[in-house]
Amino acid sequence: MDHFPTNWGNPRNEDGESYNTYPMASNKVPQGVQQIAGYGHASGHPTTHTQSPVVTGTSVLGLKFKDGVLMAADNLASYGSLARFRDVERLHKVSDFTVIGASGDISDFQYVKHLLDAQMIKEYNADDGHSLATPHVFEYLWRIMYNRRSKMNPLWNTFVLGGVHKGENFLGAIDLKGTPYQSPSIATGFGSHLATPMLRKALDNAGGSENLTREEAEKLLVECMKVCWLRDARSSFKYQIAAITSQGVSISEPHDLRPLTYWEHGRDVRGYGA
Amino acid sequence: MFRNQYDNDISTWSPQGRLHQIEYALEAVKQGSAAVGIRSNTHVVILALKRSSGELAAHQQKLFRIDNHMGIAIAGLVSDARVLSNFMRTECMKSKMLYDRPLPGSRLVSMIGDKAQINTQNYGRRPYGVGLLVGSYDEETGPHLYECLPNANCLEYVAVSIGAKSQSAKTYLEKFAKEFPEADEDALIMHGLHALRETLQQEKELNLNNAAIGIVGKDKDWELIEGDRLKAYLDRLEAGGGASTTAAGDAPAEGASTEDNAMETD
Amino acid sequence: MMSTVPSELPVTAPIEHRFDPYVDNGGTLLSIAGKDFCVVAADTRLSEGYSIHTRYVPKSVKLSDKTVISMGGCYADCLTLTKRIQQNMEASLVAPMWYRHAHGKTMSTAAIAQMLSIMLYQKRFFPFYSWCILGGLDEEGRGAVYTYDPVGSYEREACRCAGSASSLIQPFLDNQINFKNQASERRELSLDQVLRITKDSFTSATERDIYTGDYLEIFVITSNGVELQKMGLKKD
Repeated sequence: MDHFPTNWGNPRNEDGESYNTYPMASNKVPQGVQQIAGYGHASGHPTTHTQSPVVTGTSVLGLKFKDGVLMAADNLASYGSLARFRDVERLHKVSDFTVIGASGDISDFQYVKHLLDAQMIKEYNADDGHSLATPHVFEYLWRIMYNRRSKMNPLWNTFVLGGVHKGENFLGAIDLKGTPYQSPSIATGFGSHLATPMLRKALDNAGGSENLTREEAEKLLVECMKVCWLRDARSSFKYQIAAITSQGVSISEPHDLRPLTYWEHGRDVRGYGA
Repeated sequence: MFRNQYDNDISTWSPQGRLHQIEYALEAVKQGSAAVGIRSNTHVVILALKRSSGELAAHQQKLFRIDNHMGIAIAGLVSDARVLSNFMRTECMKSKMLYDRPLPGSRLVSMIGDKAQINTQNYGRRPYGVGLLVGSYDEETGPHLYECLPNANCLEYVAVSIGAKSQSAKTYLEKFAKEFPEADEDALIMHGLHALRETLQQEKELNLNNAAIGIVGKDKDWELIEGDRLKAYLDRLEAGGGASTTAAGDAPAEGASTEDNAMETD
Repeated sequence: MMSTVPSELPVTAPIEHRFDPYVDNGGTLLSIAGKDFCVVAADTRLSEGYSIHTRYVPKSVKLSDKTVISMGGCYADCLTLTKRIQQNMEASLVAPMWYRHAHGKTMSTAAIAQMLSIMLYQKRFFPFYSWCILGGLDEEGRGAVYTYDPVGSYEREACRCAGSASSLIQPFLDNQINFKNQASERRELSLDQVLRITKDSFTSATERDIYTGDYLEIFVITSNGVELQKMGLKKD
C-alpha cells in the first residue's frame, strides 16, 4: 500500500499537487546535504503556504430587508468534486447581532471562527458595557484577511458578515485579498453569477431593501438557493437561513430544497432510450 | 530629613504595612499644580492651573489630547505624563486601526492601572510620578471622568481634583455636586473655574496664561478652550458670574469637607 | 511533479501556482484645480473581472477641511493606505513626530502630499497598487492637485484623471483644462465650468468603460470647507 496521499490521485485531474496534501511523497533530502536554503522544516520540507483551498464550501447569500438582514448557505463541504461533508454549518453566530457566513476553505473558516470567538469572549470578560458591533467585527475581519494576503499566506475564503447596529442593517463581504465591501445584496462564489442578478432585480423592483418584508426576502432567498442548487455542481439541497434583526440572531435548522422541485414529468417521457 | 529604613526600594514593606516609595510618588502628584474635572450627563470638563518657572518662561502644558473622544489633565512629573499620554494615544490608534472603534475610556484607564501596578511591585523600578484626570466620551456609555494615580488606583468620579491645594477645589465641588449632572457646557466650565480658583495661592488670579480648559462630550470632540473664548469665561468669573443657580460665592473654608472619597461613583 | 522537493523521481517541469495578492477593482477618479477651489471626483463602482461587487463604495475621503484624497486600483490597498494616511495625520510614523499631537493642527495639503509620497515609496518592493490623486487648497488658498504613481513619484498639476477610464478622460482634460490644441488663450475656469467638465467626463467614460459607472461623488473644496455632491451614472 502506498501511504502517501499525494500518490493516491486527486479528485480533480488538474495541474498536479493543487491540494498541498501533507505529508508529500518523496521527502528525502539528498545524501550528504545538511541544510538546503528555504527548506525550513526539520523533515526537509519547504515552508508551504496555502496555494489553493482543500475542503470548500460554495456560495453564501446575503440580503438586507426592512427590519434586518438574511443570510443563507448550504451545508455541504466539498473535497474537489467529492461531496465530502454533508452537514457542515457555514453560518456562525458571532455575537447577539452579528452572523458570519463562509465560502471557500472550511478549515480556514474554522480558524477564523476561533479568532472571532476569542475576540467576543475578551469583550464579554471586560464587562464594561461595551461590545464589538457588526461594523467593528467587519473591520477586524478585514485586517485579518488583508494582513494574511500581505504575508502571501491568505485565508482562502470569502466571508459575508451580516448584522444590525444602532438601527442600521449591515451586510458586507471580504475576500481572500482583503477586499471589503458592503451592498444591499451579496452572493459569493457561483452565487455571484446565479443569485446576484435575481437579488438585484428584486431589490430594484421593490425600490430598495427598506421596502422588502421579511417574508418577501425569505422567499427570494430560498428561490436563489434553489437556482444555485440546480446549477452549481458543488452545492447541496440542504441549507440554512440566518436572520439578524433588532431582536437578535436566529439561525434555522437545515431545510430541504428537494420538495420545492418537481421531477414527476420524467415518468411520462418516452423516446429518449428509456 | 529623617532617614527611613524602609524606603530604599519599591518592593520592601515597612513594618507598618506601608510602601514608602509609593507614598512619595503620591506626594509628587500633590506638588504638581492643580487639575480639576467635572462630569455632567452629557459632557466632561477638565481644567488645570499652569505654572511657569519664571517671568520669562513659558507655562507648562497641563492638558493633552488623546483622541477625538478623550483628553487628560496631569499633575506631577510632566515627563512621566508625556510617556503615559504617548501610550494612551498609541492604544487609541490601535483600537481605531483594528476595530474602527474609539477605545472606551474604562479600558484605557485599566490598561494604565496595569502599567502603573508593575512599577509598584518590581524591584528596581519606580512608580510614575504623575496623577492623571482622564475625561472621555464613549458612544455606548456616555461621559466618564477617571483619576489615575501612581499607586495604580484608577477610580471614576463625577467630579474630582488633584495636585496642589486640590482639597480646596474638592470642597467646592462637593458643595455643588448636585448641580453637575444637569449642568450645560457653560455652567460646567464656570463650576470648574470656580473650583480651580480655590487652588490658587494668595493674591494670584486666573488669567489667559495660567488657565487651561478642555471639554469633550456628546457630539463634541475634545477641544481646548483658548483665547477669546477663555477670556470670556475668565471675565465672567471675575465679574462674579456664578455657575450655580444658588450663587457660587465663596466656597466654604478648607476642612469643611466630609470624606475624601465622598464623590466617588461606584 | 514534486519540483519543490529534492526527489529521486523523474524530474518534470516545475509547476508554478503562486498567489497573486493584487486585484484590479477598476474605478475612475479625477481632480481639477481652480483659482480658489479644487474639485475631486470619483465613481463608486467596485468590480472584479466581469462582476460588480457593489455599486456604492466611496473612493474619495475627506482628510481635512482643505484636503481630499481619492484612490483607484486594488481597493484593499487603497483603503489600507487611506487609513494609514489618516493615522499619520494624527501621529506620523514617517516623520519621527506626531503631527497633530505635536503641533496641535492638521497637516497642510503640501505636507500630506509629501508624506503620501514617502508612504508609497516605503513599500517600493511590495507596492500599494493604488493610483492616488490628492486635491485641495494650498497655503495661499489656491487649488492644488497632486498625482502619484503606485511607488510614490508625484508632481503638482492643474488637473489629472486616473484609474480605469483615465485614457479616455485625460486627453479631454488636456484639451478643456489645459487648452491643448486650442486656438484660444488659456484662461482660468470657473467652478461651474469645471463641474460641467467633470460631469461630462464621467457620463462619457461610463458609456465606454465597463469599470466606471453607478454613481459619481464630487468633492468641492473651497475656503468654506468641503462640500460633497452626488450624481447618478448609468448602471449598465
